[in-house]
Amino acid sequence: MSGASNGLLGLFDRLCEPFNGSNTIGNSRAFWVGAVVALAITFAYPLFVSAYQAGNTALFLLYGLLALSLSVVWGYAGVLSFGQVVFFGFAGYTFGIVSINLGSTLGTTLAIPVAVLVATAVAGLLGYFMFYGNVSGVFVAIITLVVTLVMQTFMAQTAGDKWTIGEVPLGGFNGMPGIPNLAVGVEGAALTFSGDTFYWLVLSTLVVVYFGLRVLVNSRFGYAMVAVREDEDRVEMLGYDIRKVKLGVFTLGGALAGFSGVLYASWGNYIDPSVYSLTFATMPVVWVTVGGRESLLGGLVATVAIEWFRQQLSVTGSEWAMVVVGVLLLTIVLALPEGIIPYVHRKAVGVLQQRGFVDPDRPATATEEAAE
Amino acid sequence: MSSKSGTDPNVRRTPAVSATGSDTSRLLQTEGLTKQFGGLTAIDGVDFGVDEGELRCLIGPNGAGKSTLLKLITGRLKATSGRIYYDSVDVTDLDPHERVREGIGMKFQVPSVFESLTAFENVRLPVQRVVDGDPTERIVETLERVGLAPERDMLASDLSHGQQQRLEIGMAAALSPDLLMLDEPVAGLSIEERAEVADLVTRLNDRGITFVVIEHDIDFVDRIADEVTVLHQGDIFREGPIEEIRADDEVRRIYLGGQ
Repeated sequence: MSGASNGLLGLFDRLCEPFNGSNTIGNSRAFWVGAVVALAITFAYPLFVSAYQAGNTALFLLYGLLALSLSVVWGYAGVLSFGQVVFFGFAGYTFGIVSINLGSTLGTTLAIPVAVLVATAVAGLLGYFMFYGNVSGVFVAIITLVVTLVMQTFMAQTAGDKWTIGEVPLGGFNGMPGIPNLAVGVEGAALTFSGDTFYWLVLSTLVVVYFGLRVLVNSRFGYAMVAVREDEDRVEMLGYDIRKVKLGVFTLGGALAGFSGVLYASWGNYIDPSVYSLTFATMPVVWVTVGGRESLLGGLVATVAIEWFRQQLSVTGSEWAMVVVGVLLLTIVLALPEGIIPYVHRKAVGVLQQRGFVDPDRPATATEEAAE
Repeated sequence: MSSKSGTDPNVRRTPAVSATGSDTSRLLQTEGLTKQFGGLTAIDGVDFGVDEGELRCLIGPNGAGKSTLLKLITGRLKATSGRIYYDSVDVTDLDPHERVREGIGMKFQVPSVFESLTAFENVRLPVQRVVDGDPTERIVETLERVGLAPERDMLASDLSHGQQQRLEIGMAAALSPDLLMLDEPVAGLSIEERAEVADLVTRLNDRGITFVVIEHDIDFVDRIADEVTVLHQGDIFREGPIEEIRADDEVRRIYLGGQ
């Protein structure tokens, strides 16, 4: 790829280079050109629709961030977590509590890192007890699911005066209204995000996280992660501390899910215990399974598509949305266990190879390094 | 002292004082090592020692405790009682990955290379942990050493069984262990592939790696081993040069299933 390092195309290839590697699909120039076009369209989208519609779509995108958090934890490190919504919810509630209590733009700004930090700490603590307690495989899924349901039960009974933090009642089943829009800065010189600006903020976050994760999964740590997924015992015998690797990924996943939760709470100005419900806890697993576990892009695309579709069905008054999603999940698990995006990618590569291209999407770095 | 720490003046180790007076100057020494699974005693007070530079084979009938002993030494299993000294350091309470960092390497019975990765990427895993900066040179070197340079960009799942075994030995060797333990490295291999693995093991041994090899194939053992330890019912039954062991009627008897 970098062999053609002349002119603009060469520069373009070099810019894409850090994000390529064998742990991601889409390493060719064709992919990146497509990505740039897709990005341009998605960034321009609010210009063509109402601010309300853009804000609405932002919800799907912020769910995409939640999906990415599971994609890296489950798809790459092999840790199936039903608990991403726990960190999502912790951050959402924390953001609400801190921002409402402080009641200022600066307070809202401060609430963002505090909320993400709380989610990260919760993930770190839960991860520490699980991984250093040698819990693995399906038991991680069970424990994280149980934590989710315990949180739902707990938050649902927080109605009444005694469950007030500062001036903010937790609100039990009724949830916590009045959470402010996301804002950055101090009074007078602040950016407040709603409608289309919120859309751009979420999209930018998503792009940064996606690119960051591509770098991560193709890094040394990324290889260790994938190796842990493939064979824990083996990678331990190569001298890696698998507990540390899993804890690191799990904590990172908690932080990402937490940030997604902050965006969610400020998007609807509201959060309630349904974020800990079984239905919602299952959604990230569905998104990532349908889109393709081992592909960051897959989870993203599937999330936006599924959530858009769910909303379309819901607004037309249909109650079949979840049934359709369930059928979709079963179909994918049975027919395309790798997920839609990796399948499409594999087929596309197959077609190109038949036409004489040599594995056009395999990162060229390995062979070129040797040639140098 | 092992070759690695012997050449590094920064590593000074205090020899452990052995409770029973076993010789802790050996590279590896277990003392009264015992492992019980419920009521079953798989390893029963074993004192197993290996000197630096040795190529030791560990044989014994099925269920003798060979694999269990290896797993105890690598830390995959925790001992019920007894101590393990490696390079004069008590490693009994270390985690598996810490023992690897001390210089104990292990290759499992079933070849477990990472099938979705290429040969190059497989070797990259151990190498990137020990090499700062660009690991390419060391990876290529390792692939050449195990004779897989032409297969570098092939997926591990497309390699033959014998190539996978060699790749895995290469991965373990890439960490420059002082002690490398192999669990049945030639099981299921053709005669030619066995010869290749035997060559590889002897070559690596000549380069200073101490080996403990579990193997059923007595011809393979004959070909590579200096000393042989026979394990039977969780304890050491015989220990000595291969010729002696081959001629031993008692060893023959336990192998044929007698008690």
